[in-house]
Amino acid sequence: MSGKKGFGTTLKEWIFTTDHKRVGILYLIGSFAAFAVAGVIALIIRMELSTPGADITDPNTYNVMLYFHGAAMILGFQIPALTGFLANYLLPLQIGAKDVAFPRLNALSLWLFWMGIVLALLTFVIPNPPDIMWTGYPPYSIVSPGNTAFYTFTVLIMGFASIAGGVNLLTTIIYMRAPGMRWFKLNMFVWCTAAAFIIQLVFVPVLGSAVTMLSFDKYLGTHFFDPSAGGDVLLYQNLFWFYSHPAVYVILLPMLGIMFDVIATFARNRIFNYKVAVLGGVGGIVLMSGEVWVHHLYTSGMPDWIRIGMMVSTILISIPVGICVISMVGTLYRGAIQYKTPMLYAVGFIFLFLIGGLTGIPHAVAALDLHLQDTHFVVAHFHYVMAVSGTFAVIGGTYYLFPKMSGKMCNEGLGKIGFALTFIGSNLTFFTMFLVGLDGMPRRYFDYSHMPELASLHQIITYGAFILGLGVLVTFINWIHALIWGKKAVDNPWGSKSLEWTTTSPPGPGNWAEVPDCTNFDPYAYGED
Amino acid sequence: MLIRRIYMSVFLLLVTVCTASTSFASLGVREPEEEGYHLWGVSDPAEGFHHLWEEVMIDIFAIGIIFSLITIYLLIKYRRRYEGQEGSPPKLTKISRVGWVLIPVFIFMADDLFIAAEGWTLWNTYRTPPENSYEIELESAMWSWNFTYPDGVEAMNELRVPVGTPILLRMTSRDVVHSLFLPDFKVKEDSMPGRVTYMWFLPKDAGEYVMTCAEFCGVMHSMMHGKVIVMEENDFNTWMAEEKAKLGKGGA
Repeated sequence: MSGKKGFGTTLKEWIFTTDHKRVGILYLIGSFAAFAVAGVIALIIRMELSTPGADITDPNTYNVMLYFHGAAMILGFQIPALTGFLANYLLPLQIGAKDVAFPRLNALSLWLFWMGIVLALLTFVIPNPPDIMWTGYPPYSIVSPGNTAFYTFTVLIMGFASIAGGVNLLTTIIYMRAPGMRWFKLNMFVWCTAAAFIIQLVFVPVLGSAVTMLSFDKYLGTHFFDPSAGGDVLLYQNLFWFYSHPAVYVILLPMLGIMFDVIATFARNRIFNYKVAVLGGVGGIVLMSGEVWVHHLYTSGMPDWIRIGMMVSTILISIPVGICVISMVGTLYRGAIQYKTPMLYAVGFIFLFLIGGLTGIPHAVAALDLHLQDTHFVVAHFHYVMAVSGTFAVIGGTYYLFPKMSGKMCNEGLGKIGFALTFIGSNLTFFTMFLVGLDGMPRRYFDYSHMPELASLHQIITYGAFILGLGVLVTFINWIHALIWGKKAVDNPWGSKSLEWTTTSPPGPGNWAEVPDCTNFDPYAYGED
Repeated sequence: MLIRRIYMSVFLLLVTVCTASTSFASLGVREPEEEGYHLWGVSDPAEGFHHLWEEVMIDIFAIGIIFSLITIYLLIKYRRRYEGQEGSPPKLTKISRVGWVLIPVFIFMADDLFIAAEGWTLWNTYRTPPENSYEIELESAMWSWNFTYPDGVEAMNELRVPVGTPILLRMTSRDVVHSLFLPDFKVKEDSMPGRVTYMWFLPKDAGEYVMTCAEFCGVMHSMMHGKVIVMEENDFNTWMAEEKAKLGKGGA
């Protein structure tokens, strides 16, 4: 056998792969492609909004771009990057498994996801692209000239991919842990993704049914959401948010998980109050995730009693999230913190998540939300709590796993510059957005000529967005640079005690030469040797 | 069998927690039947909004600043001082473990339920229009706001109201979901086909205010705006009389 393989052979190996590491990396490429396109779209949207009136697009194109930005960022980037890439790559390595439970099913969900990405990107090619926002509320999505079926199929395909991935990785966690790897020895990331998959499995079918009914209404003449024939407009909104609020926790939990692991590694410390964070924090979020969705419908004419009931439960969900954050910050206590790039992203994550979480409280109070709902204030809030926090978690997690995945080290200097730019850019963009929203700027607006006094703040937001974009660009350049010219990485460059660092970088097929024995293993055994 | 038992106990736990916390929060709520039930004695929702907003802002800024200072202190104090330094994790006893859950949970819970009770009282103000409200019907359409006054006078995109009178809007929609947003009166509510929703506000000063659509409704969503024109009582009556006269001519 000659040492060099041809490009065709390599490509074939990657396309037909069932290896969880390659599947994970292909998820990474797909989700970052969606992120890059949706990010450029966001910059165009910001350029349009920097002055009142029409600048560079027209309302139709603008609405299609907003639809794409939302759908691609949530369904194409956040969920696949966290539960596809990170979970597929890291989870079997952290529990000491050779692969996932059903490798072929894993490949199927990967290629379903890629189909979804391609379908989403086709938005800009087809004649009547959907302009119904990623929420797709009827009756607009039924009367709109845009192609609602396109939206339905994108959501359904991504949904199938999530369900297949969820079944697969939950089975892996339950049945394929290495000998001696007991439940309370698992990494926080494993617990958090397991929780996220439980939420996925319970709630994704509801979204599937909602978008299917939507297309039935539009193309087959049913009347689920048509009040003139006995249907109900609010039914869709309830079904949609019954999934889409828990989807926030599907994104939130893995990002908490990866940040826990990064912080423990670089603070050289145990997770503070580990069992409580698992049972009270992660478990509490799972239990409460399904009973708060009406806070998206405070202004939608729901009965008053349910708006109030869900207001109380929404405010109370700050408790399990608070337990997680206390554990995270507690992990710093008596640590020996080393500020490498992944840790910087974790520190940035704590502060961004704090701002995002706290600005959730005025939203949760129904009476205050009557003003804030559907303004830029809520846009800023969810960008803090899931968009930039999630991006920080994914980028930080990728920096953390980069030596393991590629066997190369990233440039620390470029990493730090990228971090500084992203952190400043995020705050400049989204903190200013709070102010604009509070002054009454509604979301999904193409033009704000009747509120011209907001123009100067909008300009600051646009500058911030470009700084953020530059930061992400520096990060991408750093990764590509490291892939080609990076220094060779050792097996455990961060000195982590987690199981994934005991194998070679990158791990060979089957991950370990022989299955590791975890009887005396502890993923957070810092400071005890 | 076991799974069913676990399922039942989780379900019962959830129901208990929700009922208990909702009823506990309701202890602090003042109901509309009570005399002077409004928060801070304010019967104007927009003014109540400002009070509660200030309170919640103080609350979250206090939490945020305390939390950030602690985090920054830990980040600086426990940085790595020499090559190969390891952390020395604190050994938690069982009591301190439980304490670290219960104390923050009770602080959070007390704060949460306090805010919930106040928010609930203000909510009652928002959702209980005064007896003497002036009732106007609204039908939204792509892309206009169509108002009908009690005497059949109609107006589009311009809501003229007398100063000092609570205005109650009964809303529905001809086509898709819209949301009437009055930023200066701190209120919005969706209007949709097949349902009638309502909201009320109190115009206190004469002038012109922005009215705009907050629920995505198509190409012209951001152009679906109008004005709330708050007029002196006399001006409003004159205008109303003129409109009625026009209506009479049109009908004759």
